[in-house]
Parts: sequence; structure tokens; C-alpha cells
Amino acid sequence: MRIETDRTTCEGLGMCEAMAPDFFEVGADGTVVVLEEHPGEEHRQDLTAAVDASPVLALRLKG
Amino acid sequence: MTLVVVGGSLAGLRAVESARRAGYDGRIVLIGAEEHLPYDRPPLSKAFLDPDGPARVQPFRSEAELREDLGVELMLGTPADGLDPRDRVVSVSGTMVCYDALVIATGATARRFSGTDGLRGVHTLRTAQDAAAVRASLDRGARTVVIGAGFIGSEVASAARKRGLPVTVVETQDLPLLGSVGRQAGAVCADLHRAAGTDLRLSVQVIGLESVAGAVSGVRLSTGEVLPADLVVAGIGAAPATGWLERSGVPLHERDRGVICDATLATGLPGVYAAGDVAHVVNPLFDEESARVEHWTNAAEQGAAAARHALDPAAARPLVPVPYFWSDWYGHRIQFVGTPRAEEVVVAVPAEAGFTALYRRRDRIVGAFTVDRPREIMKYRRRVAARGSWAEAVAFAATTTTAA
Ligand SMILES: Cc1cc2nc3c(=O)[nH]c(=O)nc-3n(C[C@H](O)[C@H](O)[C@H](O)COP(=O)(O)OP(=O)(O)OC[C@H]3O[C@@H](n4cnc5c(N)ncnc54)[C@H](O)[C@@H]3O)c2cc1C
Ligand code: SF4
Repeated sequence: MRIETDRTTCEGLGMCEAMAPDFFEVGADGTVVVLEEHPGEEHRQDLTAAVDASPVLALRLKG
Repeated sequence: MTLVVVGGSLAGLRAVESARRAGYDGRIVLIGAEEHLPYDRPPLSKAFLDPDGPARVQPFRSEAELREDLGVELMLGTPADGLDPRDRVVSVSGTMVCYDALVIATGATARRFSGTDGLRGVHTLRTAQDAAAVRASLDRGARTVVIGAGFIGSEVASAARKRGLPVTVVETQDLPLLGSVGRQAGAVCADLHRAAGTDLRLSVQVIGLESVAGAVSGVRLSTGEVLPADLVVAGIGAAPATGWLERSGVPLHERDRGVICDATLATGLPGVYAAGDVAHVVNPLFDEESARVEHWTNAAEQGAAAARHALDPAAARPLVPVPYFWSDWYGHRIQFVGTPRAEEVVVAVPAEAGFTALYRRRDRIVGAFTVDRPREIMKYRRRVAARGSWAEAVAFAATTTTAA
């Protein structure tokens, strides 16, 4: 599984971080930083929640 | 089996998406009053009001995605006008739609300033049409008066100042957003308006509007003053859209007629759940208080959960959400997590460095308000969710006082 971010739409609202803090963080420039780009399958539920939670739909899961 | 979702906006969309994701393969009908496919509201008071903002709303999903990929029957532009919970039927102007599971997601309607119907130049801001009208007026260089210093009104003021246009915000209370964020944070919000050149009038009522040839020309204040205006935006809150439920037996709140739910979003009627801006929901995290939260994240989370619970009530679990909202004023990012109803509010980072206020009940942190501290807000949210200790939250805040 791979996490894709669209850093031009991300507004740094941080909901992804709230849902899956091990994988996302709002960085110094105020947009999302992915902490682990190829997470294991066991995290799919948390990651799906994070993708859904982004108010500007800036995240995608591939694979 | 049929799942009916009434309300075609964020909560309703998330309801149908989550039903499919949970493996439900029965019939889904989505009934919406607006002609539009579900679209996103926060940009309406932000990017949409820019001179070069988007020309039209972008739906969350295309009609083909909704109809074909998600297998949803759409009834748009047709409000539901009644519910019979005994026969499990929703009526839509004469058409009867039967359900086994029902999600009420009809949201809220902007309150209008009374006696202004039909006057040109007077608007609320809730829908795509509203946003287009406000933007057109700003494009013509309007002098703007905003009634109410809430989030949406403040974002309109921000849009006007961004264009260099004169704007006055009139608020009856002595600080903006008192009920939403409390005094300390409200004072910081007042300063943001003033620093941006917005004329902020506190402790003043609007008592009427003046007009010339059917168009607004001025706003009369309780002080006797008349503010000249070509655009008046009422940002005085929104009322739950539950007129269609008045005779249904769905429990409605005595104050605002919102739908009363338990922590699983159940209304008490068989198969009937509610979600989003329309719903009063008990939150176990804050001493079982019931609140009608009007934030994006809340509508998304509740919409998804309401459909799952309506389809499988035996598996329903209480939600324990931490309310979260953001708002953009004059280039500043305002964020709040938790509840403002607190025994004590402490300013942890002064306004020179952005601003952070923390909210305490007993020995717990229950809320946090920040300005321009986007890296920290979710750290507080996690502490609120975990019923974290007040002392630790204050200690964490102390480590952040260097500039963001
Ligand atoms: C201008 C604006 C800016 C915002 N900015 C922010 C922000 O920055 N941050 C944030 O957290 N939140 C923000 N919000 C709040 C957020 O958009 C709402 O919480 C969210 O839209 C609620 O979704 P909902 O689906 O519950 O209700 P709504 O979006 O109100 O949708 C309800 C839908 O139901 C329809 N309906 C009503 N009655 C009927 C009926 N009888 N039959 C069928 N359909 C019906 C309505 O037409 C509407 O389409 C903003 C809201 C607005 C209006
Ligand atoms: S939730 Fe969305 S907007 Fe917010 S930081 Fe994550 S990706 Fe960016």
C-alpha cells in the first residue's frame, strides 16, 4: 500500500494526523508530511479513516 | 432492504459511501433539496469569494460515480416533506419512498434577518447560490455590513478586506464568538478583525435596514447610527432543517428543533438515525453533554457512522468524537478542538506568537484554541481524546512558546 498526497490541495488542517498519527504530521511549512510511505496492510483501516477525514481530499491510498 | 438518506450534502454523502464500504449491497436512495450533487461548503466563504475564485462548485463525486459506482438512486431538487415511522415511509412531494434504514442528514438553514425578504443586497451564506451572489456584490466593490461576528460572517469580512473594500461587523455581544470559544480567544478574534482594518462594532444591535428602490442602502444600529451598505450578510447562525419532521414523532429539541440522538446517533424510532448539523448528540467524552456541532469533521464522521448503525443497529457503538473546526481570517488560521464549556481557560501562548488557549474541566484538558499554530492543534486533540491530564497539556504548551 502506498500513501499519495496532493501537497497543493493540502491545507494543513491536520485531520489525517488526528486519525493516524503514526503516519501523518503537519510539517513546518503547514502542509502534511507522510512519516511512512509504504505502510503495512494491517494499518489499512486507520489509513482509510485518515484519507476520508481530509476536508480537502488531499490524500489517496494506492494498492 | 432499502437505505434512505435524506439530505444530499456532506453527512448524506458520507452515509452512502460508508454503507457501500461496509459491504451493504441493497438499495440506496439519496433525497436532496438542492439541485446540486453533494458539494463542499467551507470554500463558499473562503476561496469562492476571491476575485479569481472558482466559477462554480465542484461536486465531491460525479453523477456517474454516485449512480454507477456506488449504485445510488438520486432524487435531487426534491425535498422530503414528511416521515411516517410506523409504515417506514418518507414522502417526497407525493411520492412515497419506503425504507428499512433511514439517515436524517438535512443539515441546517441559515437564519435570515427578519423583515428583509425580497430586499436586494441582503444575503445569508449557506449555499452555492448564496456564495455567487455575495461574490458578485463584492466584485462590484460593495460597502459591506456583516451582521454577527461568527465564523462565516468573519470570513466574509476577511474576503472584503482582501479586496481592500470597507467592511463593518456588528455584534450584539461584547466579544466575537463568546459561545464558541470563550472570552480569552474571543478577544484575540476581535484583535484580528481590527488589525485587518475591519470596523468591529461590539455590544450593538442592528435594528433595521434602509432601502432605496428595493435595494438595501443602510443598516440602522441601536446607537441611532446608520451605516451605509450595498451588501448586508447575515451571519447569525443556522437552524436545523426539520420542518418535514414536525409531525413524525422524531424527537426534536425544544430550543432549536434539532433531532435528538443518543451517542450512537439513534433517534429512538426503529431504523432511524441522524447525522451532521441537524443532530443533537450525546458525547461521552464531555460528561454526557448533548451538543449540536456544526463542523465539517463532525458531519463527515457522523454521516459515515449513522449509515452503518442504521443498517446494523446491533453493532452500533457510541461515538466519542473530539469536535474540531478551522476558520481562515485575514490570512490567519484559527483552529479549535474539544469543547469551550470549561471551568478555566488559560492563555498558554500569547498573541505575539500566534496564540494558544487551553480549556480545563477538573484535572483534564477538554479543549484548545490556536491561531497560526497548525503543527500543534492535533497534539492537543489527541490529549482531549485520551482524557489527558491538564498539567501535562500545560507543560506541553510551555515547550511550544517559541515562534511557530
Ligand atoms: C459558508 C460555510 C463555511 C463553512 N466553513 C467551515 C469551516 O471552515 N470549518 C468547518 O469545520 N466547518 C465549516 N462549515 C460547516 C460545514 O460545512 C457543515 O458542518 C457541513 O456542511 C454540515 O453538513 P451536513 O450534511 O450535516 O448539512 P448541510 O451541509 O446543511 O446539508 C444538508 C442538506 O440537506 C438538504 N435538505 C434540507 N432539508 C431537506 C429535506 N427536507 N429533504 C431533502 N434534503 C433536505 C439541504 O438542502 C442540504 O443540501 C461551513 C459552513 C458554511 C455554510
Ligand atoms: S487532513 Fe488533509 S488538509 Fe489536513 S493536513 Fe492532512 S492532508 Fe492536509
